[in-house]
Amino acid sequence: METHQRPDPEQLLRQIEHDERRGRRGRLKIFLGYASGVGKSTKMLNEGLRRRDRGEDVVIGAVQPKSSPEIDRLLSRYEIIRTLIVDGKDAIDLEAILRRHPQVVLIDGLAYDNPPGSRYSKRWQEIEAILEAGISVVTSVNLHYIEELQDEVSHITGKRPAETVPLDFLKRADDIEIIDAPAQAGLSQLREMALIVAAEVVESELREYLRSHHIEEIWGTQERILVGITPRSDARPILESGRRNADRFHGELFVAYVRQVELSEEDKAALEANLAIARELNAKIYRLQGRDPVRALIKFAREKGITQIFIGHSLRRGWWNRLRGNPVERLIDLSEGIDVRVFPQRPLP
Amino acid sequence: MSQPQPARRGRLKVFLSYAAGAGKTYRMLEEAQELKAKGVDIVVGYFEPHGRKDTIEKIQGLEIIPRRKIEYRDCVFEEMDTDAILKRAPRVCAVDEFPHTNVPGSERAKRWEDVMVLLDAGIDVLTTMNLQHLESLNDQILQISGIRVRETVPDWVIKQADEVVMVDVTPEALINRLRRGVVYAPDKAAAALENFFKEQTLVALRELALRQAAHEVDLRQEEPRPTDRILIHITSAPSAAMLIRRGRRVADYLRAECFAVYSCPTGNLSDLPPAERESVERHLNFARNLHIETRILQGTNPAHTLVDFARRHQITQVFLTRSASRRWNLLPSSSVVSQVLRLARNLQVTVVAERRKNY
Repeated sequence: METHQRPDPEQLLRQIEHDERRGRRGRLKIFLGYASGVGKSTKMLNEGLRRRDRGEDVVIGAVQPKSSPEIDRLLSRYEIIRTLIVDGKDAIDLEAILRRHPQVVLIDGLAYDNPPGSRYSKRWQEIEAILEAGISVVTSVNLHYIEELQDEVSHITGKRPAETVPLDFLKRADDIEIIDAPAQAGLSQLREMALIVAAEVVESELREYLRSHHIEEIWGTQERILVGITPRSDARPILESGRRNADRFHGELFVAYVRQVELSEEDKAALEANLAIARELNAKIYRLQGRDPVRALIKFAREKGITQIFIGHSLRRGWWNRLRGNPVERLIDLSEGIDVRVFPQRPLP
Repeated sequence: MSQPQPARRGRLKVFLSYAAGAGKTYRMLEEAQELKAKGVDIVVGYFEPHGRKDTIEKIQGLEIIPRRKIEYRDCVFEEMDTDAILKRAPRVCAVDEFPHTNVPGSERAKRWEDVMVLLDAGIDVLTTMNLQHLESLNDQILQISGIRVRETVPDWVIKQADEVVMVDVTPEALINRLRRGVVYAPDKAAAALENFFKEQTLVALRELALRQAAHEVDLRQEEPRPTDRILIHITSAPSAAMLIRRGRRVADYLRAECFAVYSCPTGNLSDLPPAERESVERHLNFARNLHIETRILQGTNPAHTLVDFARRHQITQVFLTRSASRRWNLLPSSSVVSQVLRLARNLQVTVVAERRKNY
């Protein structure tokens, strides 16, 4: 569980260092496809030629074993640094690439393990080294090699590749481009996942842009749902709906509660039970501080770029609420730019 | 001569992207060339070259149906000649710029309506479109880009497409193309760089486009029975359009059924003051255009009437805006939102907030 706070100076320093490193580093571009045969290689080789026409020094560092006449034709126009075959394994010739030091190297196929005893065990680590040396890299990868998606993908394809790439490597890419095409039967889910992976990478790009330009606006490109809970709320239906809505929108689910000073043992247990449901549903849980719970929730929602707040109907009724406006209505009044969905609640015992 | 068989509806394939110059037309023509090479009878029904060299090269060898000339206010405009295409009756027709609005005097107001006619005649259609023309995203596009897109396509039209393919390109590459003068003439390019082609705008639009493409793939997989039923409360207030779009969008994502109601004391729109009546009719029409079932109800209290209708029709979620009731807000509790919240304690009530321009 995280206690919510503003970015700390250390984080800002890391950001600055990151930006400086970026200046010297080569740029990484990744072509992502949901299956082989969607045209990643062709797209990549064409892009390399276009860059060369514009005066960039482009060479090839790795090609795919399977080829086609069109690919061969494209390859024939390139300078190729041959891969090394060690113990029957294809490995890029890192030393030769660093020595040749082109502006751009094309590496078709990102998810390769190197032969045992190599300096780097994975090809993506070698690509890091090439980027560090100031050489830009264009590479390609299939969805089913992404480490974090192994369970879902193998469930669909029935296959689990031995060689994988961490999602974080894709997220760190300067550019990602998806090669989309209609899917053959059974592969639609993979196609959908690939599009979402690309969207997530673009989302982190957008967030970084907004952060570095100190823009604190809600852009609403991704639905972010915040469920506000209290000890007394009948949280399960709200949380379950929050999860389902977040999934349908491929969005994120947040759960927040405002710390109260004097909670009875009974309320503490009730709150804990509600939080347990939130954890079970894989929500990001935050504890907020603030004398006015409504304002604390709204402030948090703005900071997180929330697009929808889910809460329970107010349990108090009667003349007091009607005169002063109950917390639910105050939340609605203050929630400019954010939708509020109010859920039915069991009556109080 | 081969006559199209009306029994079989044509297949629609949409090349979707998020900005001019992304390469949609190029991809469409590339596919047209592949089909032609396979011996498929294909024609180009409408093509917008924009003076782009690569694209113009791609059209070489394809049969182009000449455009129809239409005179309007002493000017001659050119539109797709749907009748000529029907007469030619190809197997496949490539049609650029799906959301285009035809010049007044054309048979149909929108190019997508022309495309529907081709599909009805059994002709397959390849077409191109940018995401910002999707009706349900109109408010979000305004928020991101500061531009209110007027030329929109209802979401159900895209839903009918058999395939939606994302044509992806990085914003950086797009901006480069624009600077090199590949996309627009220099004066237009400069203006574009100030508007849609700002980097952050492009990044946000691209993310929306990728999510939309994923959603389109999702929709085309097996469909569970709808369990949610959404009811939109229509008013004469300008915010109603935004409310309708948002309700429609949530309904599409949740695969919910979607209804909209308006209520007035007599249940008859002709009893309303003319200006109000005109707004209400516009909003009801707008909802119907988005394939939302609408109803006009009789009732003196809008909140009571709405909640009563919701109960009788197994509605699970009511959509309203708060701004609509602000004017009458003498006591907080007198607003429609407050009343609905009090009356509908067994329903989900969604209060939709207005989206604003982001700068």
